[in-house]
Amino acid sequence: MRYLGLTEADRGNMLETIGVSGIDALFKDVPAGALNPRLDLPPHQGELEVERAFAALAKKNVSPMDVPFFLGAGAYRHHIPAAVDHLIQRSEFLTSYTPYQPEISQGTLQYLFEFQTQVSMITGMEVANASMYDGATSAAEAVLMAQRITKRSKAVLSGGLHPHYRDTVATLMDQTDQPHVAAPVDLAGTEDLSTLIDDQTACVVVQNPSVFGQLRDLTSLAKACQAKGALLVVAVTEITSLGLITPPGAMGADIVVAEGQSIGVPLSFGGPYVGLFATREKFVRQMPGRLCGETVDQDGRRGFVLTLSAREQHIRREKATSNICTNSGLCALAFTIHMSLLGEAGLTRLAEINHGKAVQLAEKLSAMKGVAVVPQAFYNEFAITLPKPAAGIVEKLVEKKILGGVPGSRLFPGDKSLENVLLVTVTETNTEGDMDKLVAALKEVL
Amino acid sequence: MTTRYSKDHEWIRLDGDVATVGISDYAQSQLGDVVFVDLPAKGKTVAAGAEVAVVESVKAASEVYAPAGGEVVETNQAIVDDPALVNRAAQTDGWFVKLKLGNKADLDALMDQAAYDAYLKTL
Amino acid sequence: MNRQGRPTTPHAAANAASAGTITGNRGLLQEEALIFEQGEDGRTGVDLPDAPDVKDRLGGLRRAGRIGLPGLSEPQVIRHFVRLSQKNYSIDAGLYPLGSCTMKHNPRLNEKMARLPGLGDVHPLQPISTVQGALEVIDTLATWLKTLTGMPAVAMSPAAGAHGELCGLMAIRAALKARGDVRKRILAPESAHGTNPATAALCGYTVDPIPATADGRVDLDALQAKLGPDVAAIMLTNPNTCGLFERDIRKVADMVHKAGAFFYCDGANFNAIVGKVRPGDLGIDAMHINLHKTFSTPHGGGGPGSGPVVLSDSLKDFMPVPYVVHGKDGFTLIESGDAKSFGRMKGFHGQMGMFIRALAYMMSHGADGLKRVAEDSVLSANYVLASLKDIMSPSFEGPCMHEALFDDRFLKDTGVTTLDFAKAMIDEGYHPMTVYFPLVVHGAMLIEPTESESKDSVDTFVNTLRGLAEKAKAGGENLAMFQAAPQLTPRRRLDETRAARSPVLRWKPGSNGAPIDKAAAE
Repeated sequence: MRYLGLTEADRGNMLETIGVSGIDALFKDVPAGALNPRLDLPPHQGELEVERAFAALAKKNVSPMDVPFFLGAGAYRHHIPAAVDHLIQRSEFLTSYTPYQPEISQGTLQYLFEFQTQVSMITGMEVANASMYDGATSAAEAVLMAQRITKRSKAVLSGGLHPHYRDTVATLMDQTDQPHVAAPVDLAGTEDLSTLIDDQTACVVVQNPSVFGQLRDLTSLAKACQAKGALLVVAVTEITSLGLITPPGAMGADIVVAEGQSIGVPLSFGGPYVGLFATREKFVRQMPGRLCGETVDQDGRRGFVLTLSAREQHIRREKATSNICTNSGLCALAFTIHMSLLGEAGLTRLAEINHGKAVQLAEKLSAMKGVAVVPQAFYNEFAITLPKPAAGIVEKLVEKKILGGVPGSRLFPGDKSLENVLLVTVTETNTEGDMDKLVAALKEVL
Repeated sequence: MTTRYSKDHEWIRLDGDVATVGISDYAQSQLGDVVFVDLPAKGKTVAAGAEVAVVESVKAASEVYAPAGGEVVETNQAIVDDPALVNRAAQTDGWFVKLKLGNKADLDALMDQAAYDAYLKTL
Repeated sequence: MNRQGRPTTPHAAANAASAGTITGNRGLLQEEALIFEQGEDGRTGVDLPDAPDVKDRLGGLRRAGRIGLPGLSEPQVIRHFVRLSQKNYSIDAGLYPLGSCTMKHNPRLNEKMARLPGLGDVHPLQPISTVQGALEVIDTLATWLKTLTGMPAVAMSPAAGAHGELCGLMAIRAALKARGDVRKRILAPESAHGTNPATAALCGYTVDPIPATADGRVDLDALQAKLGPDVAAIMLTNPNTCGLFERDIRKVADMVHKAGAFFYCDGANFNAIVGKVRPGDLGIDAMHINLHKTFSTPHGGGGPGSGPVVLSDSLKDFMPVPYVVHGKDGFTLIESGDAKSFGRMKGFHGQMGMFIRALAYMMSHGADGLKRVAEDSVLSANYVLASLKDIMSPSFEGPCMHEALFDDRFLKDTGVTTLDFAKAMIDEGYHPMTVYFPLVVHGAMLIEPTESESKDSVDTFVNTLRGLAEKAKAGGENLAMFQAAPQLTPRRRLDETRAARSPVLRWKPGSNGAPIDKAAAE
């Protein structure tokens, strides 16, 4: 068996050294009858056989490479430079553990420091951690952090928040019966959350752009939060947007949570992704997750270590700020490499292209009879209303070999008001030809 | 002014109505380099045995419990600015809070120096 | 209070001789500045076309001012990250005996499969008819996990081990709630992973520690005394964090169930028993499986992981959404509308990229190979234990499971600490074992060789540890060597106290990146 290091002779010699007659003697503490069960599973296979099996599975999916593709809603298709995948597969990154021994982990620690800096910069915040599982779990952790800081319990959740984020927050809060107020679904982007903030409100969680694509200035909401002593948590699901639009930090956010997948991480059917978590320096000791910090070594040379660990589960145990241990290290590396390749000029240009193409498609769709683009201001994603239920339209587009968007009913099942809503996303990967095919196909199926 | 100790390694020293509270020299040596302390707001009332502050080293974090109940009348900003002061002078300048005691009888349940020294030998 | 007892500022031992080079480089060991100290405006590592010439629809929210990101060419970026990589130890480069972490070989076939077009690039919200292969991967992996554990159901969405613990406790809480039974306490051994109490606290439970017996197992009498109508669950790692099989596990399960509580098993150490023992035969109700440990999806410098949770009949109705079911037209995904489910734990459907890797690993091994994994990992650990027991100090009698626990009694009166011993291993070319965990023995050293190692490799490792133990015991000048270690690494011991007292958590414009002069810093 190709992955195992011992030969039969080795095994015999090792058992002899140990002083037992057979391998099962080492399992003598296992209760009677529980050892060596019969397992109804196939035997081992070679690489070729395994590859064949996965190739067959892959063929049962429609790959976005093969069709015009317009899906987003929290996960985005972007081009990933070849260098990213090459570098993250280097043994020293891929097959190392959490950098608890800093002398032989400076590679991991330095890129985490660079990651934290990049995340702070683009979100417009003072500090960021070394990653969370994904955007939704970052949002849930932000609510808990706001509760610790404000010593209040209630969370107000915007009606423009991605439902997966809303539900992930709710599940965690339910465990301790904490109150949360989910505002009504806000398709038009006109909600006024300030009326829901009271002196029990720990935080308001709002997504920008909203799940329906609406881009908003959150400055007045930030002021309303501040006036009532609540924190403003801003969620960003499409991180490339911050190459072009005003970052949450500049609008007064106290905590920014984001999905970092758009930079360097493939779609991979929903995971693994990388949660970004940034905040103000004064809140740093209430942050969840790992933090990498700069220091010096014994010879006075700059080096990096995991720090402020007394917040974390391996030291603080039941009083830790979070239970998170494993995070999204390698995805954070992919993010850091891709962001380094882009640089200021690249990220800005990438965001301009995404927005420009989205504007082009919005104009084409607006010109169609019965179709309306919902958000006034948007980045690369927007909701449209159709004259018919969107889910059926999406199925008909599949027959025409087009993946046309995410129907509102997929995200908000049972909400009649969103039955005719379709979320459409355009990125740099979409050609003008793709857009024309979508418009032509829509004309046929509407 | 006698110093009394709790089993959690806090010390307390009464001067008039106000008692000064800190962690013992043994406690600071067990923690290692103190890197952060979190002190309560002035005016807060704590019961005997309740958490009054938090002290962190790189590798450990500990709650500091009030050895006696009372109102926090003063906190030591010097250890916030320079946490190493707790290591250098745990039982003098590295004090944490001053409490106006609610019930001086709380002190009777605590150990005196001799009893604390004997207690340390059992650890 | 301080149960870890390790110094956090470097020892004031003699400095290593400086290499004395002009650059500060030492041959292949190259100094590397931060990416922010290298870039310049007007450079980029990507070529993008012009943006379409349209009137923007940003509603006046265009970013004002620069972000501050540096500009670098592709070769600059590649060189930067290659140089950084060279400062890391890795399983591909050597034995990585971190106890409780299962640092086994990470097959590259898994990486290749996860990147296949049609698997690595599918969107989580594509119409169900276009992702049948992806759902089949999830379903097939679920079948393997259920079969290997002997459990009827598995929740696939948890993103890591700790997230799996959360899933298990949420299911337990939901099950208790469904029978109108509010319970407030979780029992966990003192030797538990820190994630156990942290997770329990997230769910609003208080944590009550259970002591261990002298032979490193749960003390049944103490357990019985702690059980009561307010106990929701026990969280128990098996094999436990001392590397021992909880031989009374069925009794524990019976006692816990009799008290109306649930048995959560921390599956971090599943590698010792995979294919060999089914936890479902031992009476557990829930257990997470770290795919990044037992099933080799890489650790990636700290993540991502994946932590599916197998559930018993009494808990399976409460599992989180989404989950895959067999429908009349193939597979389908239940994303909402399940009133019994405790809800959603994260965005989308789980760590698909990790599922593919784990399934490729399982298919490569088969039932026969997985059993061999458990046997060889246990064999290697016992071989290490037998080969070192005369010179180091094992904490418990063997046999152990897949990891061998030592404490620092063999270093008594040498002046060498567990940390010094670990750092000396680094100079010998090894990643240290897990140190100062579990907390129940003094100066713990937990060694997990895994099944990936050849006998030659384990023998060399054992001989190295024997040599270091002899040096430590011989004393004299050796003490300074231990205290100064490591000397041959890109950086020597780092000042953690300084990092925590005045945290510097990001680069800022204006910090020029010159190495900090030690004399000036102090």
